[in-house]
Amino acid sequence: MAISRDDVLHVAKLARLALTEDEVARLGEQLGAILEAVGKVSELELDDVPPTSHPLDLVNVWGEDEPRPSLPADDALANAPERDGDFFRVPPAAAVETP
Amino acid sequence: MTTNGWEPVVGLEIHVHLKTRTKMFCRCELAYGAPENSRTCPVCLAHPGTLPVPNRAAIEATIKLGLALGCRIAPRALFHRKHYFYPDLPKGYQISQYDVPLCSDGRFAVPAPGGDREIEIVRAHLEEDAAKTVHVGGESGRIGGAAHSNVDFNRGGTPLVEIVTRPDLHSPEDARAFLQLLRQTIVELGISDAEMEKGTLRADANISVRRAGERALRTRTELKNMNSFSFIARGIEAEVARQVAVWESGGEVTQQTFDYDAATGKLRPHRTKEEAEDYRYLPEPDLVPVEPPAELVERLRAEVPELPSSRVRLLMDAHGRSYESALFIGRLPFADLFREMIKAGWHADDAEHALMNTFSAIDVRPELENLAELYRVYAVRHELPRPVVIEATSASSRAGFSAEPYLAQRAVADLSELDPVIDRILAANEPQVAQYRAGKEGLLGFFVGQVMRETQGKASPQVVNERLREKLKS
Ligand SMILES: [Zn+2]
Repeated sequence: MAISRDDVLHVAKLARLALTEDEVARLGEQLGAILEAVGKVSELELDDVPPTSHPLDLVNVWGEDEPRPSLPADDALANAPERDGDFFRVPPAAAVETP
Repeated sequence: MTTNGWEPVVGLEIHVHLKTRTKMFCRCELAYGAPENSRTCPVCLAHPGTLPVPNRAAIEATIKLGLALGCRIAPRALFHRKHYFYPDLPKGYQISQYDVPLCSDGRFAVPAPGGDREIEIVRAHLEEDAAKTVHVGGESGRIGGAAHSNVDFNRGGTPLVEIVTRPDLHSPEDARAFLQLLRQTIVELGISDAEMEKGTLRADANISVRRAGERALRTRTELKNMNSFSFIARGIEAEVARQVAVWESGGEVTQQTFDYDAATGKLRPHRTKEEAEDYRYLPEPDLVPVEPPAELVERLRAEVPELPSSRVRLLMDAHGRSYESALFIGRLPFADLFREMIKAGWHADDAEHALMNTFSAIDVRPELENLAELYRVYAVRHELPRPVVIEATSASSRAGFSAEPYLAQRAVADLSELDPVIDRILAANEPQVAQYRAGKEGLLGFFVGQVMRETQGKASPQVVNERLREKLKS
């Protein structure tokens, strides 16, 4: 396995995932297999090859700065778990601290 | 600046909202103060299956800023995803730039009495702002005690430029001077309002101290949430003092983030992080690279106007103004007015006085045509006393102002104030009056001097001369 148990737990925590012991083991194996497969690339001589950031051979795709209609507030809030007036109501910010 | 042999080392991170019409990756209209959640769409609410489309105007504004800051414009720039969970970030990541920002390696010169201070700009990159979170309930709206939070996504996705400096600033005053001039530059480029009160300009400082002469950098701390230039200076000052005290008492400064509480002047520890930031940057697969075409960069370069730094330098060097005054007068349209006033024969001190006294009040907006007319009249009528013209400068912002009638009225007011003074002085100096009338006309200067002293220089010497001659004739 190319990935440690601690790494799996760390990544899970960053992704806000609670894993069972079984899942830690299984995902560790799967992530290890992925890393191994990707690691194959490092066997190649790639010093002169620029990194690919995108599979499409396109650049400068952008839009003009022209406003288009936004959603009515009721539509925007239709999927909100809770609402407070026209606000999305969420748990207190302290409870969802960033990593 | 060194205090007790310690030198502050300060770098700044500045965030500026771009003044585009629409958001960075969708075409929702930006409207400061619009009803909450009235400017959203599936893209900026992060509904599944939506795709971001970059705003061309925002990319151009960033390149323009980069050019004004002397940056290298990347031939190929990328957007990255920066991951973290917070309710103001519905996607779970912010689209930002990472290893190849649009602008890098610039420098910004801040004129100073002893010569320019060069501040290196590490990078200026483009990203999207988060939504606005309002903390409800709990103690006085503080995050810690909030019962719940409310999110308004109108601001979410606003184009934001982040400017990062090298730690080239060595005093709170330098940091403030740099920020003020940078703000003025941004405003004149027309790419942002850059108003700290509105949150369209925000600045964080990273701060360390070292012994004078020491080369290496010591542990730094970060200071966040300072919402005015003077708070930034005061916050840096407070943090420098704290660090010096820690080192001098044999302790060690630890990496930490503080908020500056302007009300108490105290530093409050920002949330403590259990682990180091781990944003898992990856190239944004939904966006293709930006390769600014050479013609575009050249067009934008041609659009960069004369920068305030050169005007500020001129005001300091050629007109002997202080940095603070030069910064104020160096703004447009004041710089042009100042030039006109000097041409019209003003002393630089008076011109500064007139402009700063009149226009440092926030609600006074200069009426340029009125002012131009005033200085035209002044240029041909040097006899107008300066205090009257300074008053007229203030009056020019009021509705219905016109220089000629205003000054004519003032002249009448002057006369009605002047005549009793002249009468009093003539009555008190009867022997001299008799001598003058007997042909000793050189005594006129004596009377003028008396009147000028009595009116504390507010009267026009020319008018005083005329009135005296007239009265002495009879
Ligand atoms: Zn939108």
